[in-house]
Amino acid sequence: MNHLLSIEDLDRAGIERIVAQAARFAEVSDREIKKVPALRGRMVLNLFYEASTRTRSSFELAAKRLSADVVNFAASGSSVEKGESLKDTILTLSAHKPDAIVLRTPWAGAAELVSRWCSAAIVNAGDGKHEHPTQALLDVYTLRKRLGGIDGASIWIVGDVTHSRVARSNIIAFQRMGAKVTVAGPPTLIPRGIQALGCEVRFTLDELHSANVVYALRMQRERMSETWVPSLREYAAWYQINGRRLGPRQILMHPGPVNRGVELSGEVVDSPQAVITAQVEAGVVVRMAVLYELLAGTREPQPVPERQLA
Amino acid sequence: MAAKPLVHGPQQPADLLLRDVHVLDPRAGIDARHDVRVRAEVIAELGAPGALQNDNGEEVVEGHGRHRLLPAFFDPHVHLRTPGQEHKEDLETGTRAAAAGGFGGLIAMPNTDPVLDSAPLLRSLRDAAAREARVPVGFLAAITRGSEGEQLTEMAELRQEGALGFTDDGRPVQSAGMLRKALQYQRLCGGVIALHEEDRTLSRGGAMHEGAVSAALGITGIPTISESTMVARDAALASYEDARAHFQHLSCTASVDAIAEAKARGWKVSAEVTPHHLLLTEEDVRGMDTRMKMHPPLATDADRRSLIEGLRAGTIDCVATDHAPHAREEKEVPFEQAPMGTTGLETAFAALYTGLVLTGALELGLLVERMTAGAGLFELPTPRIAVGEPADVTLVDLEAEWVAGERGWESRSENCCFAGRALQGRVLLTVTAGAVVYRERAFSVVASR
Repeated sequence: MNHLLSIEDLDRAGIERIVAQAARFAEVSDREIKKVPALRGRMVLNLFYEASTRTRSSFELAAKRLSADVVNFAASGSSVEKGESLKDTILTLSAHKPDAIVLRTPWAGAAELVSRWCSAAIVNAGDGKHEHPTQALLDVYTLRKRLGGIDGASIWIVGDVTHSRVARSNIIAFQRMGAKVTVAGPPTLIPRGIQALGCEVRFTLDELHSANVVYALRMQRERMSETWVPSLREYAAWYQINGRRLGPRQILMHPGPVNRGVELSGEVVDSPQAVITAQVEAGVVVRMAVLYELLAGTREPQPVPERQLA
Repeated sequence: MAAKPLVHGPQQPADLLLRDVHVLDPRAGIDARHDVRVRAEVIAELGAPGALQNDNGEEVVEGHGRHRLLPAFFDPHVHLRTPGQEHKEDLETGTRAAAAGGFGGLIAMPNTDPVLDSAPLLRSLRDAAAREARVPVGFLAAITRGSEGEQLTEMAELRQEGALGFTDDGRPVQSAGMLRKALQYQRLCGGVIALHEEDRTLSRGGAMHEGAVSAALGITGIPTISESTMVARDAALASYEDARAHFQHLSCTASVDAIAEAKARGWKVSAEVTPHHLLLTEEDVRGMDTRMKMHPPLATDADRRSLIEGLRAGTIDCVATDHAPHAREEKEVPFEQAPMGTTGLETAFAALYTGLVLTGALELGLLVERMTAGAGLFELPTPRIAVGEPADVTLVDLEAEWVAGERGWESRSENCCFAGRALQGRVLLTVTAGAVVYRERAFSVVASR
């Protein structure tokens, strides 16, 4: 694997390999000295075009635990605000010879584009509404730890699927691991054609009880101004995961940050069914595994970036 | 008011003997080998192969009995980007691209900077075209000032200055009331009202066709109803005002159906379709190649097949390229950030010949008819291969295979959705307004002895 651009880059064996490696790194996190020298002398560049605290710090922590050097580059307050294009930013930063670039942008396909412009390994940390593959990997890791296996599990992804890169990566990853995926949410927030990814679609939570896992998506407040739903109050009335809707044997997941009282009631966030903090914990070890897979040992030298258009 | 003729730069009249070419002009009813003499800006003589003598040292072009001589194509939908965006294209580069594609005439869109919405601007553009344009060019002016949809342009004065018609292409008229006024005013000034159909309340924020691929990519989709509901609405408006409306770049089944219905009712509507909508689909967008990003977006294969059938049946009158050049740096960005548009002049014939004729979807004669029909829709003479007619012809080698873009482009821009594709059929020579405006580089013109 040269890059992690999409969860599609990984077959089931690939996902299992990374999850298994993450499990080995979990042991490191429990040590008093939480560091291994695996990537000493390697440089990881975090390039974030969107505000992100948790994903960025998770990658930073992962790289540091592997003894890599980390440089954080936020798009705000930089040359990007002076009008530098994505391509020129990449060419400029490439002069520092990073071994990996962790990239978060608001644009679908940006990670793939960047992978053609430089020789570093690219990790897609979110490209617009398209994908967030490391989130899918850490969710698989978390679920496997909790359930033992995912094969045959019924997983419901609930909420704003239209604007969710997490939903897209997870639909693919969960299915690849043998689960049956259903997406549910208001008709205005379920994209037309999503069934082509292989999932089922529901517009109510009437059958939510059939799920083994309930994966709630963040409901962004800014969606209200664009009238995707009439009000947060109505959204919560129909789609909030609360004590009434969540069964005692169901597992509750959420990519964070949570809007308590909107997509999740406070009681379920604090319930034993919720694995939300376990997901955050898994984030570091899974990202360690991804960086390790990409950078440890010999990496194929990459061809000189092509000059021509995509 | 009658349409003013197209304008072009100064040209040396050709003196040519096209020897043993296979002349194909469905309108003239010719599909046979001939010698053809071009002299004094007209088709001077037609004769059996070997019948015409090289009489006064003219250039001789060998057709070997197989190169097809066609009426020159006409493109009613081109963005020449002048004035204001000459870094993408200008009158000279755009018309050079047209000549290379076998086009003998074209109509430029008014969504320039500033928008072509006043007579002085049109006059200066026609003056510039009279110096720089390699092939004859006509202009559409804007329907509303600045294409802002608020106030009509001085349509009658624009007509007097030579506007072939009016369009707010790219920033379509949203208000039915405003469009109705333009259609009413057409009674005074004439000219065709050309409509890029898009309901912006449905298309806003979209970067590609709404469907399975946009859902998978997480890119906001543009639903086909954004186009088809406006086609239906505006056809009804045109009918109510007994006006003449032309529908630009249809992209989906529902729009073809709406035009078919309007035509069945006898309304004065016509329609065009682009090579990319006839040949590509949303699947081609999966790689998020920005050259596949255009308005209207590439739709499903079912839509594509409806467009082919519409073109074959005559519901769609003609092919238009919607040649929309953009600079490399503008397109070399993430898909959602890129501007809409693909170039198309240099690949139109070969792409359609390869994708429709060779696959059996459309006969060559019908393709030639549809690639030349645009002129008549705008009240311009249709090129015709007959003695005494203006020399507007294109010579093509139907066997030549090439890769689009392998030798660069005549256009200033390279954002062609067919770049890198293996195509068959190559334009060897374009003659328009009696002058040779393009010669394929490797094509040898045999000097006379």
